[in-house]
Amino acid sequence: MRPSRSLIQKPWRTAAELSALLIAVVVAFPLYWMVLSAFKPAGEVRGDRPVPWTLSPSLDSFRRVFENEDFGRYFVNSVVVALSVVVVSALIAFLAATAVTRFRFKLRTTVLVLFLVAQMVPVEALTIPMFFLMRDFGALNSLLSLVLPHLAFSLPFAVWMLRGFVKAVPDSLEEQAFIDGASRTRFLWQILFPLVFPGLVATSVFSFISTWNDFLFAKSFIINEPSNQTLPMALLVFFDKETPDWGGVMAASTVMTIPVLIFFVAVHRRLVSGLGGAVKD
Amino acid sequence: MSGTTTAVASPAATAPGPKDGGGGRERRGGAVRRHPRWTPWLYLLPALVVIGGLLVYPIYQLGLISLFHYTQAQASGGEPATFQGFANYSELLGDSQFWDVLLATVLFAGACVIGTLAVGCSLAVLLTRIRAVPRLALMLAALGAWATPAITGSTVWVFLFDPDFGPVNRILGLGDHSWTYERMSAFALVFFEVVWCSFPLVMVTTYAGIRAIPAEVLEAASLDGASVFRIWRSVMAPMLRPILIVVTIQSIIWDFKVFTQIYVMTGGGGIAGQNLVLNVYAYQKAFSSSQYGLGSAIGVVMLLILLGVTLVYLRLLRRNGEEL
Repeated sequence: MRPSRSLIQKPWRTAAELSALLIAVVVAFPLYWMVLSAFKPAGEVRGDRPVPWTLSPSLDSFRRVFENEDFGRYFVNSVVVALSVVVVSALIAFLAATAVTRFRFKLRTTVLVLFLVAQMVPVEALTIPMFFLMRDFGALNSLLSLVLPHLAFSLPFAVWMLRGFVKAVPDSLEEQAFIDGASRTRFLWQILFPLVFPGLVATSVFSFISTWNDFLFAKSFIINEPSNQTLPMALLVFFDKETPDWGGVMAASTVMTIPVLIFFVAVHRRLVSGLGGAVKD
Repeated sequence: MSGTTTAVASPAATAPGPKDGGGGRERRGGAVRRHPRWTPWLYLLPALVVIGGLLVYPIYQLGLISLFHYTQAQASGGEPATFQGFANYSELLGDSQFWDVLLATVLFAGACVIGTLAVGCSLAVLLTRIRAVPRLALMLAALGAWATPAITGSTVWVFLFDPDFGPVNRILGLGDHSWTYERMSAFALVFFEVVWCSFPLVMVTTYAGIRAIPAEVLEAASLDGASVFRIWRSVMAPMLRPILIVVTIQSIIWDFKVFTQIYVMTGGGGIAGQNLVLNVYAYQKAFSSSQYGLGSAIGVVMLLILLGVTLVYLRLLRRNGEEL
């Protein structure tokens, strides 16, 4: 039975594989074009006949980006904001996820539903009250005004996704720890935390990417302190002109995309299992 | 570990097994745990403080501002804000542009959701039919699209479709056709970008879901003489239902509040605001024309719509007998 069946399926499988490869090329093409255009010399980027290769790669666009617009500073700002959000939200989410998965208490389901609903809130709709809140807080124009909102927006999803990872740690381990005389705090930080850490990293991708991405808050909250701007604003400086500097835009886009890409590739396996967990439970 | 097994197996059983889950639940509250009753609340405290202060309070403020006449003068403290009840809302409901934008938002989000799900699910099925190397290629490409920040994705797609220097018009022989000039083609361009960056999540989760279906179940079904269609309808679809619900709801929520792509790709809402969606509309009202009260009212409308979607989601979860 078997061999004949696979023989019949063979042409189908070849067709499926060819179309998969073709789709992969189409999906990857925008990224390829971005990197390619970043390395093309200015004349080729603005050429009449765009070709999918370059014979004289140059770093001019990157040089322009880093020299003209204080880009390095913006890059550092973006990193500082994103890392602050990632670290703080990971710690808070870890505690919250532990509370809702390893304890049974009144209102537990209510708290979970709260996190779920909070996850749906459209960030942008809250720009106006956030603006006034940050102003009254005296945080306007500072990096703190970018960290705080993103903390609030990435936390619910982080808790939701971390649940699966915290749940996966067997109860017996916890019981054993108590029998061995470990305190609750000790169990939390010395046993549970290291076990959940990989999941924590995977979860952080989402906090990282949404913070890294943001230009709405940067645009609205950093009004007259250019040195506290972040990357997306710098990118838009190249983009917003009548005739955009495409080479510069593509080089800046490349610089902005690479860190996220590295982060993603490094954690993608756990990401998939984490999403599976968040989806299944 | 037994907990995980029941979670995976329960959708397969005709009667979902809340009893098994319930058994685990009782064990959890067993004698070993001797923590004070407030311990979970202590752990929840930081999260609740952040959400309360930076999410719940701003939502309350949003509702409040939407009831006031609130413009630049009030924002800078020059004039006191005057309470005017639902005047902002009635202004909104009487404005034909608002209805136009609302309709555009719903249609655009709907198209994006359907496009994303169709592409994501069919590629997930495709992934199960091919060998490791092409699968890896497709996975990596999708991962790249997934990781691309919305803002760089937007600039790259605009460049790809640029009438003067972009390769797409060259390949399709469209000359210097401008994609952002007409309303529909501008929306189409944004649609392509949104589907491109959001299908990978659907593809990867659905693929993981299909892989999680035990091979024996599928084999048993085909031994019993079930057709491919029957296997999909009676075995795979019910087992994938929870996953499909989550990705659908997430897509609805994400696509309904698309901001970056519209803002960057159509230059803040298109020519004469033809490509505005609610989110961008609220932003423009508030920050470009300083009508904070009106902008807040639009924000409240958005919140209510998304709250409705969330309630549907919760009901679906309940009906599925999912344990939260």
